[in-house]
Amino acid sequence: MGSLVKQRVLRTIILLVLGVYFILPLIAMAEFSTRGRNNTRSLESWTAIVDDEGLMEALVNSLLLSVTSAVLMLVLLVPTMAWIRLRLPQLQRLVEFLCLLPLAIPAIVLVVGMAPLYAWVNYFFGDSALTLTFAYTILVLPFAYRAVDAGLAAIDLKTLAEAARSLGASWFTVLWKVVVPNIRVALIGASLLSVALVLGEFTIASLLNFDTLQVQVNLLGKRNAGVSIAVSLLCLIFAFVLLFALSYVGQRRRQTVVEE
Amino acid sequence: MTSVAPVAAAPGGPTTKGGAAGRPSVAAWLVAVPFLAFVGTFLVYPTVLVLVGAFQDSNGAFTLDNLTTLFKGVYFDAFVRSIELSALTALIGAVFGALLTWAIAVGNPDGMLRRTVVAASGVLAQFGGVPLAFAFLATVGFEGLVTKFLRDNVGIDLFAGSAWLFELPGLTLVYTFFQIPLMVIVFLPALDGLRPQWREANASLGGTSWTYWRHVGGPILTPPFLGALLLLFANAFSAYATAAALVSQGSPIVPLQIRGFLTGEVVLGQENLGKALGLGMVIVVSIAMGVNVLLQRRVAKWVR
Repeated sequence: MGSLVKQRVLRTIILLVLGVYFILPLIAMAEFSTRGRNNTRSLESWTAIVDDEGLMEALVNSLLLSVTSAVLMLVLLVPTMAWIRLRLPQLQRLVEFLCLLPLAIPAIVLVVGMAPLYAWVNYFFGDSALTLTFAYTILVLPFAYRAVDAGLAAIDLKTLAEAARSLGASWFTVLWKVVVPNIRVALIGASLLSVALVLGEFTIASLLNFDTLQVQVNLLGKRNAGVSIAVSLLCLIFAFVLLFALSYVGQRRRQTVVEE
Repeated sequence: MTSVAPVAAAPGGPTTKGGAAGRPSVAAWLVAVPFLAFVGTFLVYPTVLVLVGAFQDSNGAFTLDNLTTLFKGVYFDAFVRSIELSALTALIGAVFGALLTWAIAVGNPDGMLRRTVVAASGVLAQFGGVPLAFAFLATVGFEGLVTKFLRDNVGIDLFAGSAWLFELPGLTLVYTFFQIPLMVIVFLPALDGLRPQWREANASLGGTSWTYWRHVGGPILTPPFLGALLLLFANAFSAYATAAALVSQGSPIVPLQIRGFLTGEVVLGQENLGKALGLGMVIVVSIAMGVNVLLQRRVAKWVR
């Protein structure tokens, strides 16, 4: 019994100390961003977010990018990975290696090689920030690969595909009507992860000179720290809500499996 | 484009083996082409560009000068500092992260506390970046909440010595804010793998909490702990955004040195030095990852 009490005390201490350590900066952000003149409170920094046109444009860029990157990731990854499991097991290791490669190459190094490449990209596609879709799809590959791979491993893909094929379904129908619905939870997980990753990305956007949310927040910080801190707090809260929702997506899968 | 080369070369090797599904037709290979072409262009090509460029001078001729420069002066110092910063924050992150992981692992697996900590850890570990830098300015910056409180109420000036927040000590402090959460994410599955039966067996044989951790929990958790430590090291070593937002003058660590080369402060004849720095980073990260893979392979043998 004594050790159980000890355990509870130790646990409380750890949670309290680290809790304060991590919550203090959040409180400080809330406090800093509501400072007015002469020791008053004001919401100026928060209302300034909406009034700042550059910031709003950058936010729209980032939101569009998060969608385009997630879509391109799904379009490239899902058919390829399903096909490899069904017909091309020889490629399994190569694709896994390529998808996990970005983990070994820091973004700051990747951007060195991408800079000359993007001169061509911008020549062909214009210099819209949306061209970052290509770079971001690479960045989200490791996380997306793991999620999709786990999803595919959890279903009996071969049997499902053979059943559909023997009933006369085309490969496209197999993919769209059989594979996708069966791994939708994994696909939602992969997409939410890429959305969060893209919204928080700074390295590549800033060094390739594109205007995204994080780049603007950083620039703004040089002039008006209050607004930057307010936006930063919003970003953290938004990402938290996204990941918190993600933890329920995973759970619902567990429950349905039990019910079945 | 040159990027086609690795893509076209890829299918050559494995075909000879033949798979369970028999020899795939040419059409079957075509399905993989869009993915391989894309990854070849936007991942393999830039990577090769950096790795090859590190061995070229401004005219594209082979040279080792870029690499030897890495072992001199500011560049060598930056590598040493980067490695120190990464090792120190990996150690702090691993120790405190492991404690925090334990504190949530012994609680209700579907409870609110665990859910909140895991989601918050995900945010800070992977998407913190620039917002983290501003969180720090708000807390311990020149006009931060804690700075002001200490100055006005306790009489301590945090910046009496120097602008430490914008130098290495500041980076160390900021980095713990994504290192501890990353540890939680990486280490939680290992702690969840400890079966309650082991604890009960230890207790029924007369063991104490100490004997359990000394002879059961400790040995089982040591390999994943070391693996997490290496991962945290690689993570801190690769990190750029937080440091870039915080440090605008000078380049104490390698990622910021590379920024210098990309934003145009390039000395004539050293155009490819940035690529050599990149190669150096890839080598350090690969060593950390490689040791981790060897370690886990060893462990897989023991566990069986």
